[in-house]
Amino acid sequence: MPDVLPTVEDALALGLTQAEYELVCEKQGRAPNQVELAMYSLLWSEHCAYKHSKKLLRTLPTEGRYVVMGPGENAGAVDVGDGLVCAFKVESHNHPSAVEPFQGAATGVGGILRDIFAIGARPIAVLDSLRFGEADSERSRYLLDGAVAGIGHYGNSIGVPTVGGEVYFEGPYEQNCLVNAMALGLAPRERLVRSAAAGPGNVLVLFGASTGRDGIGGASVLASAELDEGDEKRPTVQVGDPFEEKKLLECSLQLLDHGLLVALQDLGAAGLTSSAAEMASKGEVGIDIDIARVPLREPDLEPFEVMVSESQERMLCVVAPEWVDAVLALCEKWEVNGTAIGSVTDSGRLRVFAGDELVGDMPVRALVDDCPLYDLAPAAPEAPVYPAPTRVLAEGASLRETLPALLASANLASRRPLFEQYDSIVQSRTVRRPEQADAAVLQIDPSPAADSPGEAPAARPALAVSIDCNGRRVAADPYRGTIEAVLECAANLACVGAEPLGTTNNLNFANPEKPHVAWQLSEAVRGLGEACRALEAPIVGGNVSLYNEGASGPIYPTPVIGMVGRLPDAARAGRLGFAAEGDTIALVGPFAPSLAASELAKLRGEALPERLGDIDIDAVRCAQFAVRGAMRAGALSSAHDIAEGGLAVALAECCLAGGLGAQVRLDAGDDPFATLFGEGPGGFLISGTANGVSSLGRRTFVRIIGSVVKDSLSIALDGEDLLWSLSELSTAHQALAALFP
Amino acid sequence: MRFGVLQFPGSCDEIDALHAARRVGDAELLWHGTQDLKGVAAVVVPGGFSYGDYLRAGAIARFAPVMEAVISFAREGGLVLGICNGFQVLCEAHLLPGALLPNANRRFTSRQVQLEVVQGDTDFTRACPASLSIPAKHSWGRYYADEATLDELEASGQVLLRYAPTENFNGSLRDIAGVRNAAGNVFGLMPHPEHAVDPLTGSTDGLCIFESMRLAMEGAHA
Amino acid sequence: MRARVLIRPKAGILDPQGEAVARALPALGFTGARNVHIGRLVELDVEDPAQLDSMCEKLLANPLIEDYEVQLLDPGA
Repeated sequence: MPDVLPTVEDALALGLTQAEYELVCEKQGRAPNQVELAMYSLLWSEHCAYKHSKKLLRTLPTEGRYVVMGPGENAGAVDVGDGLVCAFKVESHNHPSAVEPFQGAATGVGGILRDIFAIGARPIAVLDSLRFGEADSERSRYLLDGAVAGIGHYGNSIGVPTVGGEVYFEGPYEQNCLVNAMALGLAPRERLVRSAAAGPGNVLVLFGASTGRDGIGGASVLASAELDEGDEKRPTVQVGDPFEEKKLLECSLQLLDHGLLVALQDLGAAGLTSSAAEMASKGEVGIDIDIARVPLREPDLEPFEVMVSESQERMLCVVAPEWVDAVLALCEKWEVNGTAIGSVTDSGRLRVFAGDELVGDMPVRALVDDCPLYDLAPAAPEAPVYPAPTRVLAEGASLRETLPALLASANLASRRPLFEQYDSIVQSRTVRRPEQADAAVLQIDPSPAADSPGEAPAARPALAVSIDCNGRRVAADPYRGTIEAVLECAANLACVGAEPLGTTNNLNFANPEKPHVAWQLSEAVRGLGEACRALEAPIVGGNVSLYNEGASGPIYPTPVIGMVGRLPDAARAGRLGFAAEGDTIALVGPFAPSLAASELAKLRGEALPERLGDIDIDAVRCAQFAVRGAMRAGALSSAHDIAEGGLAVALAECCLAGGLGAQVRLDAGDDPFATLFGEGPGGFLISGTANGVSSLGRRTFVRIIGSVVKDSLSIALDGEDLLWSLSELSTAHQALAALFP
Repeated sequence: MRFGVLQFPGSCDEIDALHAARRVGDAELLWHGTQDLKGVAAVVVPGGFSYGDYLRAGAIARFAPVMEAVISFAREGGLVLGICNGFQVLCEAHLLPGALLPNANRRFTSRQVQLEVVQGDTDFTRACPASLSIPAKHSWGRYYADEATLDELEASGQVLLRYAPTENFNGSLRDIAGVRNAAGNVFGLMPHPEHAVDPLTGSTDGLCIFESMRLAMEGAHA
Repeated sequence: MRARVLIRPKAGILDPQGEAVARALPALGFTGARNVHIGRLVELDVEDPAQLDSMCEKLLANPLIEDYEVQLLDPGA
């Protein structure tokens, strides 16, 4: 072992507390050496140990009738019928993207895809959830451009379609952008593999890219510390190689198809350290690794550097000795480097060798399970946390002027300039592309047997997926805002006719050691659990990203929700655009619009309210049930969830997506602005034949408000007649094109 | 009447092309390391990012063992269709004239495009209507050749597809979306006909290109 | 003044392009080529060559992952 031991100061620099360092010494029975301290500091970081969130996460519902694999594995999985499961997960790559947006976002996609194929599923779709500062900030535009290009670069090159996503521009993200990526995969149920190492004597094979000084210290220094302006503590940026990962993906799935693996795990944050430790911990075994056998990209890596390197596109598997040659041969076929680097033992210890020399020796349990968990000290803030936004809408703007202004606002404008940079159709599953429906729809089997002539075509089951979170509303009311985010995902699924199967989430919050952030986090998790329970859409996996704040303050609390659902017949997947002149338009559901925390309130420069309105989850659920049922029965032409910008914006979106107009009559209510632009959960805008629309009536609130017409949107509001041409609305809606010259 | 679809490390659309070809006939994958085309009657060089598209799109794939066999196959008159990255590979292999450059808008762009069928009486377009709606998705799709070559291509009827007015987002010279070789048995295009074969996932306008090839293969054996 | 800026991946940063080419060369029979790296070449006329470093830092190169080298070319050359 090295002669000079690191000191407690080194431990503090690596992010451990004094007490944690002392606990490490106690677990080791001595002071840790450099390799050991590096490994403890990573595994005991917030990023790996969830030490400030684990207790809260335990309160979430994780079981349900469709759940096949819950939290704790590389990704969760739900049963989608016909012997298939869908694996899915969302993960963040916030801080790397703030440093270098293109590579940060690209490697974020690469990482989440590895999580999916690490459990044996073929990735079939990517979605992304992005947050930046206001769109007029130069830095926001730079980050947006880089992140979108990076996501596209990785997904397009590896042949996984990017089918949906969301982006919001809000001041509190100016210094701390969010880049979350979600992926879905499909697997035959029997191919699913877990990550628990088993069978002492079995061989550990590392395959994929060689190991360099990428992201050394990334997990503890990069991912878990607040970003300061002018911070020079920049570690080596990780560069993604989608070509390498494509080969890694095909090789991994073929290894599993041939039944050659005992366990499989990807290398993500903290590299070999976390992969090996977690595999050993789950299997309750020990692991010996010889770092001298790890293929290096550059010479002279220190032993601790090999153990913590975050070089991308690497996998670790456990193989019975008799299959090692077959595994290495398949690696050669796919031109990925495969190397036996260690073995499974019954020692319960993770031992690191450099050739013959033992350079690290730790109890697996201490590394993985003994990191102290902390209770939060939540306290609601006494004063507003977030400054009011700058007013951008002229005082006294009329109802007529307000609609185009909202459609042109960065948060509501068409996302076409972004999603056109993504391949959304590769793999031939995409039944609904971006902006065709509220949720992406993917047929499960891209090559169904041809239908027999003369017979009705067989129903083709499909998956629907949505990702959502309005951070401003969560900031206004973490509990209700999070419930709304979950309800909105389910509403998006209902609009295409899909029933929720399971949920994933990425909790993006600021420093949880601050009481008001702890309060945001606890309240959000309370809302998340309550909503997922009510919808029977359990949490099957997720990620936590804390310490998202810069010198000017914390980000909006942003619990990004991803939800996967199923519909029995892709041919009846809903669209959002109006489809036929003469169709009846109806407002459906317990919609109670309010301007509090709305997009209009933001454009008016209003501060956040103290809370959002109460939510009747059951009533919302009934409305979703009714819309879903009608869509599945083929009774509706279109369905759209009313979200940011309220009813008028939803109407405009349905018009623009369908290339048709609408003629609508409404009661003005107390505040016509709230009637047209107020927000709140539970509202749907549907169209269809009079009979089709009336089929909803008995199950939820249905109000017929007008009909689909040729080419303009008109709203009669207690005598005030408002009229917009489609071209005026369309021009406003295309405002984001200016960000991509 | 079998199609062979090449598979390079980094191909992405080869399974889509395989399924599209199977809608009109038999089809199988051909691994990049083989020189045996297994007696197929037509070869599809699919889209994707063969060998990561590093250096230049198609530049490394062009030297794969299977491409030697494809080059001989093409010289003997075999039908070869190159889609997107496959078009780039065929240009790099000098089976087709010209080259593909980065899009004029400098970005990867994915969009449903309207195409005009310029020559309807060829082995690749015989079953096609006058215009097609097909997705395009690429970052290196700007067709380029020198003026003399372009004149000659047009004069000899080698331009089979053009982008309809306002649809040419990549800046291809003379709106060229697809060209064939002088002999008429090799055809490359940037848009993806294999992604337009199922009403559920979009249009079915791409099927006519595979159908045309099937007719040509049957004619050759009639 | 004519200037040429050579931009290449920093030592130790993964260079997927270079690796792909390094693997392709032996397949074509060119043995004995190692350490392949692929970068970019930017040529430009500048009035004030003193600004070149700053141009590289801010735009031409990404200093996080790339090194650059500025060459000033004799205008007559």
